[in-house]
Amino acid sequence: MDLHLKIWRQNGPDSPGRFEDYDAVGIKDDMSFLEMLDAVNEGLIEAGREPIVFDSDCREGICGTCGVMINGQAHGPQKGTATCQLHMRKFHDGEHITIEPFRAKSFPILRDLMVDRSPLDAIIEAGGFISANTGSAPDANIIPVPKTAADAAMDAAACIGCGACVAACPNSAGQLFTSAKIAHLNLLPQGQAERWSRTENMVETMEEFFGSCTNYGECQEACPKEISIDFIAYMNRDYIKAKTKNRKLIGQRK
Amino acid sequence: MPNIAPDPLLNPNAPTGPIDKQWNQHKFDMKLVNPGNKRKFEIIVVGTGLAGASAAASMAQLGYKVKVFTFHDSPRRAHSIAAQGGINAAKNYPNDGDSIHRLFYDTVKGGDFRAREANVYRLAQVSVDIIDQCVAQGVPFAREYGGLLDNRSFGGAQVSRTFYARGQTGQQLLLGAYQALEQQVSLGNVVMHTKSEMLDVVVKDGKACGIVTRDLVSGEISSHSAHAVVLATGGYSNVFYLSTNAMNCNASAVWRAHKKGALFANPCFTQIHPTCIPSSDEFQSKLTLMSESLRNDGRIWVPKNPDETRSPDQIPDEDRDYFLERKYPAFGNLVPRDVASRNAKTMVDKGYGVGPLKNSVYLDFADSITRLSAPVIGERYGNLFDMYERITDENPYKVPMRIYPAVHYTMGGLWVDYNLMTTVPGLYAIGEANFADQGANRLGASALMQGLADGYFILPYTIGDYLSGLLGTQPVPVNDPEFATAQTALSSEVDKWLSVGGTKSVDHYHRELGKIMWAYCGMARDRNGLEKALAEIPALRQEFETNVRVLGSADNVNQSLEKVQRVADFFELGELMCRDALMREESCGGHFRVEHQTPEGEADRDDENFAFVGAWQWQGRDTPQELHREPLEFEFVHLTQRSYK
Repeated sequence: MDLHLKIWRQNGPDSPGRFEDYDAVGIKDDMSFLEMLDAVNEGLIEAGREPIVFDSDCREGICGTCGVMINGQAHGPQKGTATCQLHMRKFHDGEHITIEPFRAKSFPILRDLMVDRSPLDAIIEAGGFISANTGSAPDANIIPVPKTAADAAMDAAACIGCGACVAACPNSAGQLFTSAKIAHLNLLPQGQAERWSRTENMVETMEEFFGSCTNYGECQEACPKEISIDFIAYMNRDYIKAKTKNRKLIGQRK
Repeated sequence: MPNIAPDPLLNPNAPTGPIDKQWNQHKFDMKLVNPGNKRKFEIIVVGTGLAGASAAASMAQLGYKVKVFTFHDSPRRAHSIAAQGGINAAKNYPNDGDSIHRLFYDTVKGGDFRAREANVYRLAQVSVDIIDQCVAQGVPFAREYGGLLDNRSFGGAQVSRTFYARGQTGQQLLLGAYQALEQQVSLGNVVMHTKSEMLDVVVKDGKACGIVTRDLVSGEISSHSAHAVVLATGGYSNVFYLSTNAMNCNASAVWRAHKKGALFANPCFTQIHPTCIPSSDEFQSKLTLMSESLRNDGRIWVPKNPDETRSPDQIPDEDRDYFLERKYPAFGNLVPRDVASRNAKTMVDKGYGVGPLKNSVYLDFADSITRLSAPVIGERYGNLFDMYERITDENPYKVPMRIYPAVHYTMGGLWVDYNLMTTVPGLYAIGEANFADQGANRLGASALMQGLADGYFILPYTIGDYLSGLLGTQPVPVNDPEFATAQTALSSEVDKWLSVGGTKSVDHYHRELGKIMWAYCGMARDRNGLEKALAEIPALRQEFETNVRVLGSADNVNQSLEKVQRVADFFELGELMCRDALMREESCGGHFRVEHQTPEGEADRDDENFAFVGAWQWQGRDTPQELHREPLEFEFVHLTQRSYK
């Protein structure tokens, strides 16, 4: 099939950007979306033009490196699918496709379709862990974890940190990402000791970078792992609880 | 027993005595660094996969000052994240007869007797601690209804010792290590450098003292020094262009260390994973692996008639050849990876392949779905089935999957001693980057185990033994002439690539190199082919160096420039792999020399002459590397021919 692409080009974070038109010809159904872009880049290099910069790595939908806006949708039209796993059979001959980087104030564009998502790491740094220094762990089976809790924690832990939730949100909110990590750790017995400090620290770090959640639900629609916004409700509940629990804990300090 | 003289360059520093006491005794014998002194030492860790992240976090917890470098935008993106199936540990929770000794035995035998016994035993010993550690970090492993951990069996093992988190075990283990690492970042014990690619190791007075990196956003070249340097940069399967590795996986860090004096061991030991989605066309950028756990419930077959035209569900049992079950009744579909892969290749080569390009075999779940129901199968493999359908547009609940082997893991890597130190003092290699405990073939669910064993439980001990000797010394300052020389060399390398002004893309040459490697140094190798490859690779490299086209500049994001440096290193490494494969006149594990097979077509090992680690020493660009041999002795597992019949 032949496609008409409108792609965002931008030299660096401080340069102005613009859309440029490209034709992608002879695209096959079995190609992934990124393989289609590879083919366009091969053509550009042949013509002596600089290739389009975009991020990708595993191309199996698990590393979270890739991600672009395709016709205004983060990761494109197929539900539960990262850009690298989207295949061209979902498009038709002659289609016009607009490709842009993930857009959010906290994700500055580095070049073309590549953005800087380091605020997501900052949220994890703030409390997205269970303190367990190497060597100090008890036997793995000493604390039974109810299967339902383990399964729910795994549902949340499936987040790949791609940032599509932020890009899809009209407010550029980081709630789905943050709540997925909070729920993963707060649902497990091992995560209880730091539950309330974790929740407060992560939520407040999130708010330094991202907008507020107003329950549009676009995030779960865009999420390649189909993580549910129920986790946001869980996070909100834990955040309110944390406010009182953490005060009480302060009161206990000598 | 083999009669190979020890090489003074390759002192394994392996302890002696009863094997189950060696590691404990060694830990006691090593020198310690007291807690107050640990903060005086700086350590560089390159790579943030399972090995790198766990090592950096653990060493920072001990009090060392750690600097971490990754070319990714976040440490969580390292390719360990894509491991699906599971992680082995000798916990014996299922009460089915597993033990540390059995895991040790299985690993030595699975590796076809080309690994160092002392290392493998230690790996099996610490495997149990890894599971404890990961559970404490909140890794959501699969559980039984009673809340205890679930186990499954995995290719090549007769016990259930594999822990898993759905089909995303690597992801969850990596996130555990990444989170521990981020905690250390927040505490100020780790300084994280993302989007920084290491492009040289700096050695002064015979010791590794730092690295030179290029910032992938600004293009800035900078120097970083430390008391020790740890490479945790993964494997080199991408030398084949098409592999299951991520697009950016590369060998440059280990290769450049090799050129600075670190010996490179067993480069030809590459693993071909039996269950991958077959390639469909030239445009294909990578191959996708389907977890080998699928072989627990899927049956592998081809039609008996090579000209079969019926759809697979219409072919009755008597017209199907379940070739693994037929040839290996004891292990059936669960034979080790090398055996499964080679048999699939044999069937396809004989013309029994299926699919539009006749380049695959069936992996059929119909019997399991009848036996267990579709929802049970869905619970076990749902995400894999979905991924398969997304890629191929075929529903594996209804029609059998089509699979074919693909390059997946490299057992070779930098030679390390028992302390995981390379032949350059102060330079360590851990995880897939070293030549590993896997021997000539890795069993399923053992890579995650090895990466975390090295990072959590081995390196944090052994590095202290080296550092204790440096007490009172400062790291070499980055304005030392050694760093300046390395930076200048790197700048001129960058300028060289930008000024070639050729006509073909980097990918073009990478693809061509991959074709040579797959054809002659892939699943089956022979002298003629390898000699041909050794003639073709330098010729192609010469063309690459004079005709590659790298556009753009050095002071901005430039992905062609990143790639060209990696591919240049792949050319040199590919050549060494072929030379190693040619030298090793035997078949063992993942290395199959057509000339050396038993009458039944199985690998014919030659313990008399080849029970050694082949480690190659760089001699300069125009001289072939020199071979050094570390003899391997098998005191606790007796040398036998592997049989999975």
